[in-house]
Amino acid sequence: MVVDTILDDEADRLFQALADATRRDILQRAIAHEQSVSSLADHYDMSFAAVQKHVAVLERAALVTKERRGREQIVHGHEPTLQKALRLLGAYEQMWVQRANQMASVLAETRGVTHAGD
Amino acid sequence: MPVISSKKDPANLTLEFVTQLDATPERVWELWEDPRQLEKWWGPSAYPATFVRHDFEVGGESRYFMTGPEGQIAPGWWRIESLDKAKGLTFANGIAGEDGEPMPDIAPMAASMSLESIDGGTRMTVISRFTDPEQMQKLLDMGMEEGMSQALSQIDALL
Repeated sequence: MVVDTILDDEADRLFQALADATRRDILQRAIAHEQSVSSLADHYDMSFAAVQKHVAVLERAALVTKERRGREQIVHGHEPTLQKALRLLGAYEQMWVQRANQMASVLAETRGVTHAGD
Repeated sequence: MPVISSKKDPANLTLEFVTQLDATPERVWELWEDPRQLEKWWGPSAYPATFVRHDFEVGGESRYFMTGPEGQIAPGWWRIESLDKAKGLTFANGIAGEDGEPMPDIAPMAASMSLESIDGGTRMTVISRFTDPEQMQKLLDMGMEEGMSQALSQIDALL
């Protein structure tokens, strides 16, 4: 079932994102209040780029969003309801991707029929 | 992959999905208008849809059901609110009960579809808006195994 597979993927991304102690810490800080990637980076003994990678993993799991503000990238932590809405919309989006592909197949088949009849 | 863009707006529970199809708007319109063609794409591949009624006009209603791999039946309905031939339509899409008729206590989602002739093909924009997260989950569960809501509640429990 396509949606089950999508949910498995969502769950994988979520488990993967939460499996790391640094990422859990970043998530807690970003939920407490929005802040820039550089101010988050101050808390950890790792490069800015490494922190940025952690933020990207959280972003893919719909746990945070990143927004560019001037020269800074601001990270917002999502409340659980917003996370849930994003996951559901993600599943619905995949349904439309599949519908669009099926529409394209139907159109391609009927074009074939038309040409065969030409 | 014919997808042009897709925008998720979680605060308004809205998805805007844009795709480019290699056919005229009149031909794409037929995919919505003709129930036999609609059946070929409306349901997920493992849950093909059967439309038993499809009154494709303003105020017209549709009744359909999707059939799962183990024969499970997931019935749904449409009601067309507005329609402009080969240009677009707006419709409500909801869950039906075992009798195939709309379930009064679950609000439908509001959907709009518009077609635009562009680059020798058709750009189709579909905007779907849900009322609240609970309704969205129920609507998405339609035609899915019960695992969907279970999986999501398990995910919630983790957070």
